[in-house]
Amino acid sequence: MLELKGIRKSFPGVHALQDVHFQLEKGQIHALMGENGAGKSTFIKIITGVYQPDEGEILLDGQIVKIANPREAQRLGIAAIYQHVTCYPDLTVTENIFMGHESTSKFSRSIQWKKMHTEAKALLAELGSPIDPHTEMGTLSVAQQQVVEIAKALSTKARIVIMDEPTAALTKRESEELYRITEKLRDSGVSVIFISHRFEDMERLGSQVTVFRDSRYVGSWPVAEITNEDLIVAMVGREITHLFPKKKADIGAELLRVENLGKTGLFGGVSFTLAQGEILGLTGLIGAGRSEVCQSLFGLLPADTGEVRVRGKLVQIRNPWDAIELGIGYLPEDRQKQGLVLSWEIGRNISLPMIDEFSGTWWLNEVKEGDVVKELADSVKVKAQGISTVANTLSGGNQQKVIVAKLLGTKPKVIILDEPTKGVDVGAKAAIHEIMGELACQGFGIIMISSEMPEVLGMSDRIAVMREGRLVKMLDRAEATQEKILEAAMGSATEALHG
Amino acid sequence: MEAKRPFSARRFFLQWEWMLVVLFVLVNVFNSFLSPYYLSPTGLRDVTMTFLDKAFIVLPMVFIIILGDIDISVASIVALSSVVMAMAFGAGLPMPVAIVLCLVVGTACGAFNGWLITRFKELSAVIVTLATMIIFRGIAYMLLENQAAGHFPGWYTFLGWGYVFEVPFMLIVFVVFAVFFAWVLHKTALGRRVYAMGSNPMAARFSGLKVDGIRMLVFTATGFMSGVTALFLTSRMGSTRPNVASGYELEVITMVVLGGISTSGGKGRLIGAVLAVFLLGYLRYGLGLVNVPAQILLIIIGLLLVIAVMMPNVLSRKKLP
Repeated sequence: MLELKGIRKSFPGVHALQDVHFQLEKGQIHALMGENGAGKSTFIKIITGVYQPDEGEILLDGQIVKIANPREAQRLGIAAIYQHVTCYPDLTVTENIFMGHESTSKFSRSIQWKKMHTEAKALLAELGSPIDPHTEMGTLSVAQQQVVEIAKALSTKARIVIMDEPTAALTKRESEELYRITEKLRDSGVSVIFISHRFEDMERLGSQVTVFRDSRYVGSWPVAEITNEDLIVAMVGREITHLFPKKKADIGAELLRVENLGKTGLFGGVSFTLAQGEILGLTGLIGAGRSEVCQSLFGLLPADTGEVRVRGKLVQIRNPWDAIELGIGYLPEDRQKQGLVLSWEIGRNISLPMIDEFSGTWWLNEVKEGDVVKELADSVKVKAQGISTVANTLSGGNQQKVIVAKLLGTKPKVIILDEPTKGVDVGAKAAIHEIMGELACQGFGIIMISSEMPEVLGMSDRIAVMREGRLVKMLDRAEATQEKILEAAMGSATEALHG
Repeated sequence: MEAKRPFSARRFFLQWEWMLVVLFVLVNVFNSFLSPYYLSPTGLRDVTMTFLDKAFIVLPMVFIIILGDIDISVASIVALSSVVMAMAFGAGLPMPVAIVLCLVVGTACGAFNGWLITRFKELSAVIVTLATMIIFRGIAYMLLENQAAGHFPGWYTFLGWGYVFEVPFMLIVFVVFAVFFAWVLHKTALGRRVYAMGSNPMAARFSGLKVDGIRMLVFTATGFMSGVTALFLTSRMGSTRPNVASGYELEVITMVVLGGISTSGGKGRLIGAVLAVFLLGYLRYGLGLVNVPAQILLIIIGLLLVIAVMMPNVLSRKKLP
């Protein structure tokens, strides 16, 4: 009933989708799989009218349609349910279900609460859920909120429901409940697009599975006819097109030893070591706890349990300045929000963490500051007119270099890079990789968080894979393959059954 | 890469501070036409003593607003410190001890604000200081009930009324403090950090700045300067009541904002606020000389404030293509 043909969408500098096909039958649960950044989210946004495709056509019941905005999508019977439920936590379930399409009385235009509550109750009952429509949304569990979202989709007479990683935040029992409800939807004739990283979800629900990779359509198979191994190959089977300038650095003495590090609700039992000159790749799916582990090493999320040793000495890291004092530097994932003061010049941004070094007897030695900052900026080859160029006029890659320069100014021994090349163009990416290689040669220890498989494989000496808050696999550069990493990151189907 | 940005005359003169200077000159020219008595040197000198008391709080308030915070409890801190000082003196303590006590109470109140704000991060500064505004004023009323206290020694009057080489003592103290605060804000690492926190609090934290310590320090300094205001205000009035300094918090914030310090944080300079103090002070004096009703004055101040708040928007809109 829904068909997408030859969809292409690009954003400045990035091809988000290229020549994508998709076909959804009536009453079908269709699983959509792919790595982080494979283009699934962009794809959904096109179906729900958030983005317009640059090329290609969308057919609904055989007719070409143009989905100009989310309202139009709703009118056509398309609804989406996101992993992080987008609800109004202080409003009741009824208000959430009927947000934007409340039933009003014909004469006075006043809202008919009684009617809406009754309808809400009926919708929820249809899904087999005992939730009271008068409850405040915020008091419900994530799973219950999803049920309400599904009820909301039904209330708009949706014929196509898109679920974006709905089981990611659910327990096993809650997932079972969601499967049941999804099947109920299917049986009532609704078509479902189900996006998930879990093989279990796909096997349990899907009848057809489509795989995207690197913004492209790879293929579509009936679930019964494809094995998990073949699916993994389909998801990663790309040639590595970029060369990574990984230089041979001498691995030296141990810099960092982490033992049994844990923080309740986020991650636990994480142990690893890092040596001089080593690049440790830290990978896993989004939400696996990679950033959290690193933020805890940097004192932003102090750990509850476990030990950290820097050069053999047991240390306590309670806040970022403890970490900086100990020689740990962190390049945050969100450049613009966490890394830079965008309204400031390059110079003041770089000198911010080490500003004390320029304090003279009476005032800041701005001449010395300028010299040091300029040297740092040049060492990472920031391309800008001068250090007085304002940060928000720089490209993403140059902004990232400024943050690297700022990081190096604190004279760290251990450098943590959280998605260092996310959203930067190819040229800047290569430049950042080159800088990383050089830093490793100079004896820094580097932890690199990355979701990008070629980057992880190309840059790391060792690769740590995390899944659901645990460090599940440690691979050497020589033995690591995309398949092994992805298998560890997703957990094989058999493991999921026993776990 | 170039090290320094070249000087640009256009950028130099297109600053809000120059606007304030122009307004200041205009106000004085206008006033001198309105009243023949306006332009007397002693008059212009002595009038500073009528508005400088609250100006002491303007200085740390600049820091608070650059941080993106606000402190509306300052007037209550003034009242409480003043009342404690008067009662301590009335109870037989020597005046110097009472003065120290006044400053200690102010500092403690500020530190209490700072502690609440950094300890309970989900509370915004405006809510915390709204609560302490009521609490501090309440304690002042509880201590003194609705009475006046005073009968200070003669030398204490010097603070608010005295001259050193024909210059009001208050003005000298204010200039010293203003230079000190400007130095901290513009010439030290601490000042740089304050701007960073106001511009992007998250990046400041990720850069390893001791953000809680800095906020604590700034709120404590505001408490201390409220104590200083209490000293001068009480000296000028000769006695105190629990309801003194009412409305000061809004006047102080008005001066800071009129001085070009953005309430969204991270922008503005101390000199702007100092200019705004004198601009408003002389405006009020001049209009008072020709018996313009106070309401008209309020309307003028309000309009100036609207212009000051609009200015950044107007200027940044021009830059768009």
